[in-house]
Amino acid sequence: MKEQNLKVVSNKALNDSTYELVLKGGDINMSSGQFVEIKLDNFYLRRPFSVAKIQKSFLTIVYKIVGQGTKEMTKICENDNLSVLTELGNTFDLDKAKKPLLIGGGIGSAPLFQLAIEFNERGIRPTILLGFRNEAEVFYLEKFKKLGDVIVATDDGSFGEMGNTVSILKTKKIDFDCYYACGPMMMLKALAEYNSNGQLSLEARMACGFGACMGCSIMTKNGAKRVCKEGPVFSADEVVF
Amino acid sequence: MNTKVKLFGHELKNPIIPASGTFGFGYEFAKLYDLNILGSMSLKGTTLEPRYGNPLPRIAECPAGLINAIGLQNPGVDKVLSEEIPKLDKVYSDKVIANVGGHSVSEYVETVAKFNECEKVFAVELNISCPNVKGGGMAFGTDPKIAENLVKEVKKHSLKPIIVKLSPNVTDIAEIAKAVCGGGADGVSLINTLVGMRFDLRTGRPIISVGSGGYSGVGVYPVALRMVYQVYKAVSVPIIGMGGVSSAYDVIEMMYAGATAVMVGSQNLIEPLASKHIAEQLPRVMEELKINRLEDIIGRAHNE
Ligand SMILES: Cc1cc2nc3c(=O)[nH]c(=O)nc-3n(C[C@H](O)[C@H](O)[C@H](O)COP(=O)(O)OP(=O)(O)OC[C@H]3O[C@@H](n4cnc5c(N)ncnc54)[C@H](O)[C@@H]3O)c2cc1C
Ligand SMILES: Cc1cc2nc3c(=O)[nH]c(=O)nc-3n(C[C@H](O)[C@H](O)[C@H](O)COP(=O)(O)O)c2cc1C
Ligand code: FES
Repeated sequence: MKEQNLKVVSNKALNDSTYELVLKGGDINMSSGQFVEIKLDNFYLRRPFSVAKIQKSFLTIVYKIVGQGTKEMTKICENDNLSVLTELGNTFDLDKAKKPLLIGGGIGSAPLFQLAIEFNERGIRPTILLGFRNEAEVFYLEKFKKLGDVIVATDDGSFGEMGNTVSILKTKKIDFDCYYACGPMMMLKALAEYNSNGQLSLEARMACGFGACMGCSIMTKNGAKRVCKEGPVFSADEVVF
Repeated sequence: MNTKVKLFGHELKNPIIPASGTFGFGYEFAKLYDLNILGSMSLKGTTLEPRYGNPLPRIAECPAGLINAIGLQNPGVDKVLSEEIPKLDKVYSDKVIANVGGHSVSEYVETVAKFNECEKVFAVELNISCPNVKGGGMAFGTDPKIAENLVKEVKKHSLKPIIVKLSPNVTDIAEIAKAVCGGGADGVSLINTLVGMRFDLRTGRPIISVGSGGYSGVGVYPVALRMVYQVYKAVSVPIIGMGGVSSAYDVIEMMYAGATAVMVGSQNLIEPLASKHIAEQLPRVMEELKINRLEDIIGRAHNE
């Protein structure tokens, strides 16, 4: 973990409810699955966000407006300085898959982008299954298509297949050995019940984000673990839902 | 600039002590800075048996603080002694304060006694004010007779000085302070968290899984100051002040109110270097306020 002051390179809307924030800093040593915590003016707790892309000293996060803090974040301007805790949490384990399937539910697709980049660096082109509520929520589609074979599903059928990631997984024959998923808890639970050979990136309300407060501790088959420290990535067969 | 203070004959290089539950067992923070700048530290609340604590969510944000309902998650006293304290010992050379929670008199007594042989610990803080464990914790801290009796029993079996951590969730905190001193407390620390709630705007349900939790952070600072001030008037044992401290100025004010040492809690969670920054800032603030010896200002607010 590091506390750094990062400069805002850009903060732009990808669609009505999703924004992309690019930060630039000194030395960012992170991999897919890890997250940062951003200090916002006028909010007491920092906000946790997964890294969507890391390239040298540039760090990208993709965030969805869900409450007061993320609404305020849309007002962040180019050249603003943000206090950010970086290098938080563990990483996805890429060694688990030769034929990876990346499964994103809504904004949970964000961390899969960096994961897809890392698989490509290994010469592996992953299959990417993305689920959204409707067409308006879709983001990064063209970028994902460059990195893998993409299937998109929407709950209302307004774009791609009709259904959710779990129903698509059950009906389509997708060839994979290990999956990597991030999205709503309901989706992760359904996935883990259907197939336990995967890795799940979990969320929890956090106070510190670096292991000091026990605010984010979940029960697993291997005892209590902190989402911010031993996680956020857990093996699908260890999480007790 | 003399920043030294004494607690029960033990000298601290400065009065800055990270508060229980906001600093883990310390060693995580050693990756960020040299902990030896700190006067001491109070370890995570420890119980006889390991505890998982409450279901999630355990955290709710507030405009000037947070609500937590951890529920005393800890690995149990035996592991704290055999694993956590040795890890801390490698990165911090001074002695520390153990913090003990419990559900019954016998559990408190047994847990406290386990620290008797631990050299790293110079005092035990008895948490009788945790709002987050059912049937225990705060129940011991809100009734003067129950509190006094608990301290009496614990004192019989402890070789270490006992600091009793007081709850702000009472009508008259001075009354409880007097009671625990009657039971033989060597010192008191205050305040623990204030019981609070937040509700989800969409569902109307409490955010915290168990409904309410303990409120802490900068917003509680004036309440904490007032209570330290009241307790200083009521008892003569050393007081460790805490609640919303976020700067060296806050430390000075807390000492004016009557604190001998000051704990920094929630600020460590939102600003991981907080305790270090406060310890570094302290001599500069003393210079600014023309304070040569920190011990001279304890209770200054009570001067005629
Ligand atoms: C490890 C991790 C990675 C995440 N990655 C992303 C990401 O890449 N993109 C993205 O859009 N979101 C991500 N989230 C969720 C994001 O942190 C929340 O959406 C955000 O904190 C909401 O803040 P708010 O002020 O708008 O909401 P409010 O509801 O106003 O916030 C109130 C409090 O609740 C917390 N909170 C609310 N919802 C969540 C949640 N779902 N998870 C954790 N804390 C929450 C806030 O941090 C704040 O402390 C991630 C969460 C975690 C734990
Ligand atoms: C996440 C969290 C966990 C805590 N755990 C404990 C604990 O285990 N034992 C204890 O005596 N106090 C505990 N406290 C209370 C703090 O030590 C302190 O009394 C309180 O937070 C007020 O100080 P602050 O406003 O500086 O945080 C905890 C507080 C927080 C925020
Ligand atoms: S959020 Fe503090 S331990 Fe995870």
